[in-house]
Amino acid sequence: MDAPVSFLDQLFSQGILHDSGVDGLYARSGMFEDVISRFEEFALGFGKDEITEAMVFPPGMPLSDFETSGYMKNFPQLAGTVHAFCGNDHDHMGLLQCVAAGEDWTDKQKATDVALTPAACYPLYPILSKRGPLNADGAYVALQSYCFRHEPSKDPARMQMFRQREYVRVGSADQAMAFRETWKQRGQEMMQILELPHEVEVANDPFFGRAGKMMGASQREQELKFELVVPVNSTSRPTACMSFNYHMDNFGKAWNIRQADGSAAHTACVGFGLERIALALFRHHGFDVEAWPSGVRSALWG
Amino acid sequence: MIPTIREMLSKHGGLPVTVEELEDNSDLYEAGLSSFASVQLMLALEEEFDVEFPEHLLNRKSFASIAAIHGALSEITEDVQVA
Repeated sequence: MDAPVSFLDQLFSQGILHDSGVDGLYARSGMFEDVISRFEEFALGFGKDEITEAMVFPPGMPLSDFETSGYMKNFPQLAGTVHAFCGNDHDHMGLLQCVAAGEDWTDKQKATDVALTPAACYPLYPILSKRGPLNADGAYVALQSYCFRHEPSKDPARMQMFRQREYVRVGSADQAMAFRETWKQRGQEMMQILELPHEVEVANDPFFGRAGKMMGASQREQELKFELVVPVNSTSRPTACMSFNYHMDNFGKAWNIRQADGSAAHTACVGFGLERIALALFRHHGFDVEAWPSGVRSALWG
Repeated sequence: MIPTIREMLSKHGGLPVTVEELEDNSDLYEAGLSSFASVQLMLALEEEFDVEFPEHLLNRKSFASIAAIHGALSEITEDVQVA
């Protein structure tokens, strides 16, 4: 099972994903997309009554909000920003000459006010912040977004552009913690129904550099992040298909999101890696969805 | 070493209290030291003492108090002397 290239090649040869020539950037087949939308529908069956609001974001977010998030402090290696041509006719001629000569034409591109969204919940916080203090119930939002992380890989479960479905809880520390514990249980329940082998473990984000080692160790010691992992591309290094995160009041402070009593809001989120879950299903139940176990089929297709 | 640690903590710790108010054994996280500030402090201490924290000391415990930082730095500088 520890053969990263072969699973990717199988996905290509089965027509489930299509190679683009860039690692981590793939076209999805209709069947792959169907599995994802069925999973999203299935996931919505859990905690449906608790959700107060739903939002879907485009794959880009305002650069200013991206800066506020502190992403460049912790994950500069993963970030992507959108640059565009902003020149005149003369600059355009120069650009075309560079392209024709096979030279680098990108160094004259200028940064726009758009960054690629690194995590589905980031664009939510500035929206909540503008609304003023939360009411006592806080907020409970269902989200979906395409996300970008610059980490080209032959592991099909490590795409550069992928979708996250998230539920985000914003409110008191107790509300955020209770939410995370509930979803840790629900996540395992979901995986049992989908008959996927899984484990929940303490995890850390891939913080950059030596300083990042310390951030990661600190995150683990405080048990701020848990991941539900499933063997997808490797049994020795299973893939995180869900994560359960408690951010304390970091985002509440960064974006000035306040609780009813005026103190900084605490946030927690559960994230589903949609492509990863689809890949896990294909990996464990085969490439023919018609032949998937009946329990899995009825959970997804009803 | 302790006075230098206190000075670095005052500069990089971003604490809402003054360093003078803290005992050597006071819990710095309780005093308001954030994860990010502890990293800033770690990098500043490395520069000041010309050392590099080994991986096993890059954790929350090493920066939990002035005494803990002193202990970690002593371990590193002792290693340097032995080497």
